[in-house]
Amino acid sequence: MAHPVMMDPPRQREVGADVYNEKLGMWIFLGSEVMFFTALIGSYIILRVGYPQAFGEPGQILNVPVTASNTFLLICSSVTMVKAFAAIQDGDQRGLRLYLLATVVIGAAFVGVQAYEYTALIHEGFIPSGYIEGRHFAELAAQGELPANVGIYGSTFYTMTGFHGFHVSMGVICMIFVTWKAFKGKYTAADHRGVEVIGLYWHFVDLVWIILFTIVYLI
Amino acid sequence: MSWILPPGVSTFASDIDFLYYLILIITGIAFVIVEAGLILFIVKYRERPGRKAYYTHGSTTAEIVWTAIPAITVVTIGVLSGGVWKTVKGRNSVPPDALPYGVLVKQFEWNFTHAGVDGALGTGDDFTLRNRMHIPVDRPVVMRMTAEDVIHSFFVPAFRIKQDAVPGMEIAVWFEATEPGEYELACAELCGIGHSNMGGTVTVHTAEEYSRWVAEQSTTAALR
Amino acid sequence: MATTALPLEHATHAEAHELSFIQKYIFSTDHKIIGIQFLLMSMLFLVVGGLLALMIRWQLGFPETAIPGGALLPETMAPDGFLLPEFYNSLVTMHGTFMVFFAIMPLLVGVFGNFLIPLKIGAPDMAFPRLNMASFWVAVPAGIMMLAGFFVEGGHSGAGWTVYAPLSADPEWTGVSYGQQLWLLSIAVLGLSSILGATNYITTVVNLRAPGMTWFRLPLSIWALFITAILVLLAIPILSGAAIMLFFDQTIGTHFFDAATGGQPLLWQHLFWYFGHPEVYILILPAMGMVSDVIANGSRKPIFGYHSMVYAIIAIGFLGWIVWGHHMFQSGMNPTLGMTFMISTMLIAVPSAIKVFNWMGTMWRGNIRFHVPMLHAVAFVAMFVIGGLSGVFMASTPVDIYIHDTYFIVAHIHYVLFGGSLFAIFAAVTFWYPKMFGRMMNPTMGKVHFWLTFLFYNLTFFPMHNLGVAGHMRRIYDPSQYEFLQPLAGINQFITVNALLLFASQLIFAVNFVVSWFRGKRATENPWEDNGLEWTVPSPPPHGNFAEVPTVYRGPYEFSSPDVSEDYLPQTTRLATDRTPAAGSEGGSA
Repeated sequence: MAHPVMMDPPRQREVGADVYNEKLGMWIFLGSEVMFFTALIGSYIILRVGYPQAFGEPGQILNVPVTASNTFLLICSSVTMVKAFAAIQDGDQRGLRLYLLATVVIGAAFVGVQAYEYTALIHEGFIPSGYIEGRHFAELAAQGELPANVGIYGSTFYTMTGFHGFHVSMGVICMIFVTWKAFKGKYTAADHRGVEVIGLYWHFVDLVWIILFTIVYLI
Repeated sequence: MSWILPPGVSTFASDIDFLYYLILIITGIAFVIVEAGLILFIVKYRERPGRKAYYTHGSTTAEIVWTAIPAITVVTIGVLSGGVWKTVKGRNSVPPDALPYGVLVKQFEWNFTHAGVDGALGTGDDFTLRNRMHIPVDRPVVMRMTAEDVIHSFFVPAFRIKQDAVPGMEIAVWFEATEPGEYELACAELCGIGHSNMGGTVTVHTAEEYSRWVAEQSTTAALR
Repeated sequence: MATTALPLEHATHAEAHELSFIQKYIFSTDHKIIGIQFLLMSMLFLVVGGLLALMIRWQLGFPETAIPGGALLPETMAPDGFLLPEFYNSLVTMHGTFMVFFAIMPLLVGVFGNFLIPLKIGAPDMAFPRLNMASFWVAVPAGIMMLAGFFVEGGHSGAGWTVYAPLSADPEWTGVSYGQQLWLLSIAVLGLSSILGATNYITTVVNLRAPGMTWFRLPLSIWALFITAILVLLAIPILSGAAIMLFFDQTIGTHFFDAATGGQPLLWQHLFWYFGHPEVYILILPAMGMVSDVIANGSRKPIFGYHSMVYAIIAIGFLGWIVWGHHMFQSGMNPTLGMTFMISTMLIAVPSAIKVFNWMGTMWRGNIRFHVPMLHAVAFVAMFVIGGLSGVFMASTPVDIYIHDTYFIVAHIHYVLFGGSLFAIFAAVTFWYPKMFGRMMNPTMGKVHFWLTFLFYNLTFFPMHNLGVAGHMRRIYDPSQYEFLQPLAGINQFITVNALLLFASQLIFAVNFVVSWFRGKRATENPWEDNGLEWTVPSPPPHGNFAEVPTVYRGPYEFSSPDVSEDYLPQTTRLATDRTPAAGSEGGSA
């Protein structure tokens, strides 16, 4: 494995963290992201504990099988990301391009499935402010089969998953940029910082999703 | 300009005032020491030609001393405060025999539901007054307070009591007045355009006067 | 993140060709220019915030008289020059907002974080110069949005700078919709700017220190900015998240803070203050750090207890995360939590006291030069003490029952933010002005400005303690409504007159700042005879800062060392006894 210090030209510096700036910067930035999702997830937990009757049983409103498949997709994209990184460490340009491209496609597919999920939910009458009058879910609620008032359920669900989707979308855009650079042959076995740094972000977003999927869909 | 608190007329006012004056004295001493020290150093160690400052990087003893003294002082204040806090606002602080009041706060008024002659809420002789609260002297009262729209704050300076009223929460707050009279009530939490007009009065009656007054009001309430 | 150019190479690259005016001064990647950009922007907002404060004061001092120049204000704010209560609420809100988010915070973190970090650690620039530029140019639209709120239908946010829900969550309660939404968006955008900046500062301090610049040779200003950057990094996203939730409550009908459907109004307060208390330290730690630098320089003595100063900064940074509940003692929060938060809050007095005593220890047996920065720095200590001590009152939960939401709190915050942070900012601006602009500020004007500011500052804010003790609530449009407040009208007038004089005194500073920029005496490399690395390069330093990477042999506070005849010893001076630090020999964790 190429040691990061070897990527920098030798220079006299007080030794800081034993990582190059971009990687350190990404780790620090992810610290900030952790706090952002902590605010959202923390609020969700507080609201749910304080008013559990607004939240449906797992699978009552949300489509768990579809999202479970989507979760599987996202995990696959983390695997392809690892493969891309491993490829460039060995100097395998073709492997790098192939796996990066796969990551972009799977990432975009994840966002697509999420958009489909949202559309279906809205069609059935579940929106950030609660039910839409007269739609399917509102009728079920009137019959007592669903919670009467899902205001904070909709609020937290759409805000958390929406911001996660936004992060995936940003990741896909950056990934497209990295892929484009990969096709131009900018990464080598000795210097492939862009690939490693976007990979960190990608795995982070994946991890957040696994947490969200567990607490929003399964519990 | 004064550092003296206005007269306090509730049972816990003297405890709160004691803490206030205690902190005033302690911080006053600290204030004088620091500011006098600064002035002394400013005068005594001002630049003089041909002199060099005393070269030192500090003293562990000094660090320990001025870490320990503030730490002990503030923890002492904290412990003393804790007891009073428990009496005033602690979970189980409300005296069991407290006369209950229902308080509904909204933009920009206070609605005090009085318990009537029977001293219990939710009965036929309850009556509600706007911006006016009447209580008997020397008897604890407990307000179950909630807000309809935004957050307000119940503040009677003379009783040394302040408590936010929050939509969706019923907060119990108690006090016991010690002097008959009329006291001003204010809203202490910014609550919108009419915030500064959101005053009221709390009238403290003697026990006999209160019984007479409440009987009168309850009759009127029953007639309505 | 795809950039492969190292800052070092980047700097050499940039020097290779002439930069256009736009590249050099507008979309600059030079940390010094970005620092100056932040300086100009935040001073503008400082003036805006000050003007808003004067209007508030006028209403409290002279409610019967039309506000001078009030005819310029539209009918929706002040018909015939008399402020409307809804506009008064907006003034209170926006004074706090501008001062906290757009004046003091960028002045400390944006200006001096940018200007000082690379210069003081011996780096050619920040780790990510382009990210740095982005951080400024993201802050600008945030500022414009925040200003725009005054001109939209319904007026600007009137829910206080803490925008407590549900007052802020629904236009029904205040009549404000677009104003509040702009407020929230602006804060979220500004948050992005801060996070980018913080990422940059942390990376730079960790990775770009010059050889020999070990952790415990860092100036306290850099330590403070470093810890502050960590606080910014971790606290700001909480506010962004909360602001977004509130924005959704306002716009798309979510129910986060709406009690009627299971939302929780107190959730906003918890989120806001979980951000907000670290924020308080974001607003004071850099001030403490820079004041330490100036006091050591002015006293011509090493900082007393350098290590305990560093540990105190770290302790404050840590404790700042577990005290947020002390803003909520009377909010209806579980009273048992009140006990916990009281103890943690009391404890935070300890590192603050350590710092004060160490500053005094530094002055003790010094040879004090009262240059303008030193005057402001000593005033900082004197005023911060008052702010710190008044904090003990509100930390004591029972006393807080009485003084919560009164002018006592207003006095406290201004003793910390004005008497503390702003005096430190004056100290820092006057101290590093020669390095920023290559010219000296006029010392006579500086001294006149200092004494007038010091005087009128105290006459303005000290009596607010007494108002609070008398029970005067804050954020009150018309105190004359209450009988018990009527006797205080005289104090209110006194405060207002002094506030006007305080504001007027700042004109001297403004004139001095602008005139010195063009006409000031040329500054030498090291006008204050200081030890820091920034004083070893020309004033102003060239792009890339250091002609060659400096080597550091000692800490930054070696004043009056017996080893040399002068009373200062720069960090880069090599004495016969000094050894060249082997690269990495002392490690990052030394």
